[in-house]
Amino acid sequence: MVSILGILTMQTTLSPESGVRPKNTLPEKNTVTLTINGSVHQLELAPWTTLLDALREYLHLTGTKKGCDHGQCGACTVLVDGKRINSCLTLAVMKQDTEILTIEGLAGENGLHPLQTAFIEHDAYQCGYCTPGQICSAVGMINEGHAKTTDDIRELMSGNICRCGAYPHIVDAIEEVMQLDSNA
Amino acid sequence: MITYVGKPVNRVDGVAKVTGKAKYAAEYKVPDLVHGWVISSEIAKGTITRIQTDEALQLPGVIQVFTHENRPDLAWFDLSYKDQDAPPGSPFRPLRDAEIKFSGQPIALVVAETLELARYAASLIRVEYEVENHETEFEAHLSRARDPKLGLASLLKPPPPKPRGNFDEAFAAAPVQVSGEYVHSAEHHNPMEMFASTVVYEKNDKLTIYDKTQGAQNSQLYVSQVFGLSFKDVRVISSYIGGAFGSGLRPQYQLFLAVLAARELRRSVRVSLTRQQMFTFGHRPVTIQDIKLGASEDGTITAIRHDAFAETSRFEDYTEIVVNWSGMLYPIPNSKLTYKLVPLDVFTPLDMRAPGGVTGVPALECAIDELAFKLGIDPVELRLKNYTDRDMDADLPYSSKELRECFRQGAERFGWANRNPQPRSTRRGHTLIGWGMATGIWDATQGPARAEAVLTVNGKLRVSSATADIGTGTYTIMTQIAADTLGMPIADVLFKLGDSDMPLAPIEGGSWTAATVGSAVKVACEELGKKLFKMARKMKNSPFARANLDDVLFADAHIRLKSDPSVAVSLREIVDQNGGHAVSETSTSTPNFLKLRKYARSAHSAAFVEVEVDEDFGTVRVTRAVTAVAGGRILNPKTARSQILGGMVWGISKALEEESVLDHQFGRFMNHSLAEYHVPVNADIQNLDVIFVDETDTIVNPLGVKGLGEIGIVAMPAAIANAVFHATGKRIRNLPITLDKLL
Ligand code: FES
Ligand code: FES
Repeated sequence: MVSILGILTMQTTLSPESGVRPKNTLPEKNTVTLTINGSVHQLELAPWTTLLDALREYLHLTGTKKGCDHGQCGACTVLVDGKRINSCLTLAVMKQDTEILTIEGLAGENGLHPLQTAFIEHDAYQCGYCTPGQICSAVGMINEGHAKTTDDIRELMSGNICRCGAYPHIVDAIEEVMQLDSNA
Repeated sequence: MITYVGKPVNRVDGVAKVTGKAKYAAEYKVPDLVHGWVISSEIAKGTITRIQTDEALQLPGVIQVFTHENRPDLAWFDLSYKDQDAPPGSPFRPLRDAEIKFSGQPIALVVAETLELARYAASLIRVEYEVENHETEFEAHLSRARDPKLGLASLLKPPPPKPRGNFDEAFAAAPVQVSGEYVHSAEHHNPMEMFASTVVYEKNDKLTIYDKTQGAQNSQLYVSQVFGLSFKDVRVISSYIGGAFGSGLRPQYQLFLAVLAARELRRSVRVSLTRQQMFTFGHRPVTIQDIKLGASEDGTITAIRHDAFAETSRFEDYTEIVVNWSGMLYPIPNSKLTYKLVPLDVFTPLDMRAPGGVTGVPALECAIDELAFKLGIDPVELRLKNYTDRDMDADLPYSSKELRECFRQGAERFGWANRNPQPRSTRRGHTLIGWGMATGIWDATQGPARAEAVLTVNGKLRVSSATADIGTGTYTIMTQIAADTLGMPIADVLFKLGDSDMPLAPIEGGSWTAATVGSAVKVACEELGKKLFKMARKMKNSPFARANLDDVLFADAHIRLKSDPSVAVSLREIVDQNGGHAVSETSTSTPNFLKLRKYARSAHSAAFVEVEVDEDFGTVRVTRAVTAVAGGRILNPKTARSQILGGMVWGISKALEEESVLDHQFGRFMNHSLAEYHVPVNADIQNLDVIFVDETDTIVNPLGVKGLGEIGIVAMPAAIANAVFHATGKRIRNLPITLDKLL
């Protein structure tokens, strides 16, 4: 038997926008200038476009991944002035006048970045979807200079989820590169 | 020539993955693409009485809102909606009518010029419902449990075997008994990549679809049937898949919605789900199991009863093999096994890594540990005492079973001999240390598949089959097999997959791809080799004029005489003399059923685990673990190790972290984000070790492989729960073992 409890009216998706602007007007687009992997790009973007969507949807730099869009997984990690950030939590318009580095810009003229090579050698991935974020995050972590031990690496890489569970190999790969650095 | 198989070859798709060049379903650049945003039901049961879309539609750039009210007519019969992995029942049809069957049901698709606009427009849509009482509480409805309906799927997932001996009498007579109720929570796959489909609308209404799926041809079949299209007008491509773990075995609803919109609008459409929406389709079902074991004083197990109750939806009977494992692992003369379903107002559950196996085996293996403790026998010894080389229910010998070696090598590597059997006997600082172990088992199956092998005009080998690589290493191992079969350098071999235009392959799941597609690749390359040899023999002044196929071998891209390898013809030469045409061969490989039916076939494992339990906080950490695997021949120890490590991480996740929590007031999974649905992060994973014991199997399939996708997870949860018992003296039978259960 079915009992009818009543009629509910619901707003189906919570929207931070509603209430802020008068109804049915869209935010204006402006020219946003982004420096990505050394090249300057001009885009016509509304302020609501995240850096992640600007990269993926407008510049087709799809190496940066979307795993949650909520700052909870690290798949979207890029480097802004050498610091790792979650690009899904950042609006594109906020990152003008910065140097943005994505996975596509990591390899130099002489080939792959040492971390990229180490990830391949150590099989530090499976599906590869978290991989660009892991690698960018590792570059950022090394730049920060706080990781001294294996446990430090594990802790400081914990903002990047790998659902495939490649963690042991990710740590091996990073450790190898860090030793190379300290030997250099 | 064996040059690559068995070697730790780096992934052939490695560079693509570390440079960001690997393209996943939502990443294809398509001109004039529009974006869809799915609106999900807020209620779990009832009827939509009104959907107000005007406000959204008035926005410039919003193209259409598709709902049940304006959708086109589609296929009528349930059969058209059945995919290769559909359980018995009536498949869910998005936008079919106003009826709501589960919380999060897709009820509308907003299509707009940009992603941001579609998302915003979705927020302006108002939905009114007539709400009905939903039932999502599993334990409250156990009394409704019933036998599953049988269907085609029951062939692959047989119901429990008939009772053996007389359980009731044997159990009553057993001097040592244990019994317990084991609960495993619902879980969601949550691959890192969200489900997405990019539908490219082409000339003459043809569709090319980039889809996240574990079977391009499964998606092709579904789209063709539902939308009444011919196969040749629907091409599905899935070159890279950002994890799936079973969630891609059935086409997900974004595929349906994206195709519907593309056809109606005659435009290319992309639909990606949100992480929240990743909790609105198939999942591992919550399952309750009762186990009773009876044994004699010397540890011989004489009786088992294993009853399982699992959740399913109201519209399909999803089943798993949960209770059948005891007959495959232990020679217990008296057994009674049952499996029943409780239909609820949720979406149909779906195969998730080691479906059924990692539900049933951990419960069984905890019960065995309880028995070992009660008997005062070492857990490894008890398992050795009750060892069998036969599957009791099928009454067949194993084609190979090196589980004994797994116990021996795993225990040795772990240092198991130093274990003090007494719970709470070891401390480290303020933590209790526990050691536990368990057995794992998973089927080693093979299906039919096809593959094409082509020697291209520039002398390279190109092999293809419509299978998938969800991170398992399919690309790499198939390349290795192909290179060795035709004696080619691996750099000259290209293996392609994930395209419905390629030769037929089944959905990629159940750890059967290495065997299934690997055999097809081998056969196709062998057939191509025969053809090339025939061509070489016909060449002018051929050195093989009087030779037979048996007299030659394929090495370094040449065909060589075995008796004198310096007598050779290069493959390049053969193709050069073929009038500028490539040489190709397409072959089918089918399992040798006549041979296989005489054997039981499984991969086995043993996991040994150390946990550290903080007595004050109830927190558990797996500080180290060793898994020894008997998985037949290992094609690539590097990718194989990754598979097992990944499985072990999943085992830790299942034992300690993962759980989809339903709020029964709303009938909705509440922790639908990666912040609240806990999976291990890097710091949760300490020292994991993998051993592959030697196992030669000439029966299981021509390659002697058993598949490694699931075996790594199966033994871990029980090993961890048993280690927690050893550490604390507390037996937690309800996974995950969160701190509240230990305090
Ligand atoms: S996509 Fe940005 S953190 Fe997950
Ligand atoms: S490699 Fe698949 S999520 Fe990390």
